[in-house]
Amino acid sequence: MINLNAGAPKAPLAEQWSSYKANCRLVNPNNKRKLDIIVVGTGLAGASAAATLGQLGYNVKSFCYQDTPRRAHSIAAQGGINAAKNYQNDGDNVFRLFYDTIKGGDYRARESNVYRLASISPEIIDLCVAQGVPFAREYGGLLANRSFGGTQVSRTFYARGQTGQQLLIGAYSALSRQIAAGSVKLYNRRDVLDIVIVDGKARGVIVRNLVTGEIERHSAHAVVLATGGYGNVFYLSTNAMGSNVTPAWSAYKKGALFANPCFTQIHPTCIPVHGEFQSKLTLMSESLRNDGRIWVPKAKEDVEQLRQKKITPEQIHESKRDYYLERRYPAFGNLVPRDVASRAAKERCDEGYGVGSSGRAVFLDFSDSINRLGADAISARYGNLFQMYERIVDDNPYQTPMMIYPAVHYTMGGLWVDYELMTTVPGLYSIGECNFSDHGANRLGASALMQGLADGYFVLPYTISAYLSNEIHTPPIQTTLPEFHTAVHDVNDRLSQLKGTKGKTSVDHFHKTLGKIMWEYCGMSRSESGLQKALGLIGELKADFASDVSIPGGMKEYNPELEKAWRVQDFIELGDLMVRDALERKESCGGHFREESQTPDGEALRNDEQFAHVAAWEFKGDGASPVRHREELRFDTVKPSQRSYK
Amino acid sequence: MIFTLKIWRQKNASDKGGLVTYKAEDISPDSSFFEMLDQLNQQLIAKGEDPVAFDHDCREGICGTCSLYINGRPHGPLKGTTTCQLHMRSFRNGETIYVEPWRCGAFPVIKDLIVDRSAFDKIIQAGGYVSVNSGGIPDANTIPVPKPDADAAFDAAACIGCGACVASCPNASAMLFVGAKVSHLALLPQGRVEAEHRVQKMVATMDSLGFGNCSNTYACEAECPKEIAVTNIARMNREFLAAKIFAEKEKQISFTL
Repeated sequence: MINLNAGAPKAPLAEQWSSYKANCRLVNPNNKRKLDIIVVGTGLAGASAAATLGQLGYNVKSFCYQDTPRRAHSIAAQGGINAAKNYQNDGDNVFRLFYDTIKGGDYRARESNVYRLASISPEIIDLCVAQGVPFAREYGGLLANRSFGGTQVSRTFYARGQTGQQLLIGAYSALSRQIAAGSVKLYNRRDVLDIVIVDGKARGVIVRNLVTGEIERHSAHAVVLATGGYGNVFYLSTNAMGSNVTPAWSAYKKGALFANPCFTQIHPTCIPVHGEFQSKLTLMSESLRNDGRIWVPKAKEDVEQLRQKKITPEQIHESKRDYYLERRYPAFGNLVPRDVASRAAKERCDEGYGVGSSGRAVFLDFSDSINRLGADAISARYGNLFQMYERIVDDNPYQTPMMIYPAVHYTMGGLWVDYELMTTVPGLYSIGECNFSDHGANRLGASALMQGLADGYFVLPYTISAYLSNEIHTPPIQTTLPEFHTAVHDVNDRLSQLKGTKGKTSVDHFHKTLGKIMWEYCGMSRSESGLQKALGLIGELKADFASDVSIPGGMKEYNPELEKAWRVQDFIELGDLMVRDALERKESCGGHFREESQTPDGEALRNDEQFAHVAAWEFKGDGASPVRHREELRFDTVKPSQRSYK
Repeated sequence: MIFTLKIWRQKNASDKGGLVTYKAEDISPDSSFFEMLDQLNQQLIAKGEDPVAFDHDCREGICGTCSLYINGRPHGPLKGTTTCQLHMRSFRNGETIYVEPWRCGAFPVIKDLIVDRSAFDKIIQAGGYVSVNSGGIPDANTIPVPKPDADAAFDAAACIGCGACVASCPNASAMLFVGAKVSHLALLPQGRVEAEHRVQKMVATMDSLGFGNCSNTYACEAECPKEIAVTNIARMNREFLAAKIFAEKEKQISFTL
């Protein structure tokens, strides 16, 4: 059994991070420029880390699969970023943000990491404003806030419905400044396919140049993975088409433990699926729930008439509508956390009350707010979202209710990291959504942007220096080392194998099949029998893929099908691990519902006795079963309670 | 729905390339333009042919990866819409659709419909930022910004860097892209400190990368999927001129000192 120790400083919770910073070993500027760091990914976490490390004087090599760093999928985050600024004087503070995050995560996150995150949050806003991020402002010229899913204070900073875009442009501009200064070298259109370990330490990566197909070797004294989440294992998700697990998965196969892989978040407010050829799902910011009311008809006759388009939703009388969130959770109503809202929507649709042509949708109705505040006020808040909705669905939400349905949006699981954000492989770090650390079993709205930037701008730059201070005598790592040769050989082998399969079925077909298995058996609701079945199905899919995948085009050229094939093969393996993890976690908690573990009235029932721990999986070789390790979670400050939003 | 597609195929940067005709059948009007191309690619793969390569990623209109001239118009016929947010209901059943990559010397073709837009990154690297480090920053509310300025800065900052402005311009000018970034930062007190240097460096870099000049056709604003206004170009010109005059003055002062 690996002893998983987070290594948080021995100090009272509120003083841990300042104590860490006070005692952290630093690297002197003359030595910094002799040290190389690889950062994979240029989203909020990766770009902010690369920019800050470059600013500090390290030699940074930054990698992304996109054509430019500014495209990373953080850009699509809409709603906002939390910070314990208490600008609204409504009772917010660091402790409350910490408390909300631990509680929202359903007591499956580490107190020390979450407290640090909350305490750093105000600095993030200061920095972003200084960079020129155009946050929303009041007429007095100061920053505006809004309240956001699952909290009772207004601590969310936002830039219309494009907060992720504006924050990413801020981080991208900081990164561009370092590229111009020569401290960061950018490698775009590159897929990182393997991590190179030398004498037990992460020392480099093997990369495929997506334009030329060349396999490249890059070395460094430390490697940082900021590669985002793995929601695309479900095929249909709100992730970008290219979002993938590959670098994190290769880290797992090289010895880094993968924690809580089954913890995925299903976002309640997405545009429903329209048909078989749908390629992705589009999120509508959950800020919409501030002013929209969610309902389905009370009577099945109305449901039927709606599906056949014989009546419109506005024709259904108030008394015949079931505002099921307000009914079930009177205290929080439409603002219950994401997992609760998603599950409740699925429950109504499973019971046959779903609307839309597929019956997999519920209404999000703005008519009350429009009557109360006027269409202009609603337009100022959500104009771009309404526009986007109309463009996709061809309905005008000012006149008729939106239709929404839950979709996979975020993955709380990821590479296991300690307090310093280092994985179980020395010198290999994981930041942002790529790691597992801060959101437990469910992430609160507007907390992902906060975590990505906290890790990149303010945490990693300190913690990595603790490691690198022991590396100042290590000369630049040579890419001619045998470990690099072996890794390149392995990558080439796997590419030839993929290309040489010469089967009949496209990569997308396998990806869609995997997605359906995962959504059906390892999505919002899971059962022992379903998960067992999924394990078998994934095994078959893996074998089919190996014998029947068809990849046109050549190896040494731009070949999107080859890129996808590698990624999907990793997703299939990850799917297997997610199902194993879900099988072992015989409790309902946070973002997922275990059917065998529920209260008499059908709410999720957590099991702290047996499962107040992080499950971290160790790779034991292809074909061998992975081993599950535990990091026990201690709650010294917040006493776990059953979440209740009633 | 059924469509005839005339798609630009080009194996690599050195290949000459040309239009190839395809039939797209059984397309749902609710499919996006890319879902239609996905469907076509699945057919090509089934036949063992090389699928059409095109740039796309978020498919929700914000990352700026997608491009394409569709019937000669950047991002297709709908105003304020990226190609990934375009749906087939915007086309007539049976229509012939021409699909081509951006045509501009500064954006060379990589393959089929994919072009290299790293010239935009180089322009940003020349000065599209505020030079602040991640430490010792004063509280965010110590810098009040009048709401109209903040809103105007946001409007300019909404640029997604897709390149439609360049693609639509008869001179392949990048003035709207550069004007948007210059405006975003010049409108905010945080960005004023370096405003004079920024505009000069960015404009010089833009010129050196082979983008053309502006001749006020306003095609860029018309085709911009984020509807960035050409007034940003006017603001950039004003900033540029002021910077020149200011630079002259600065030189004189330093001379007399």
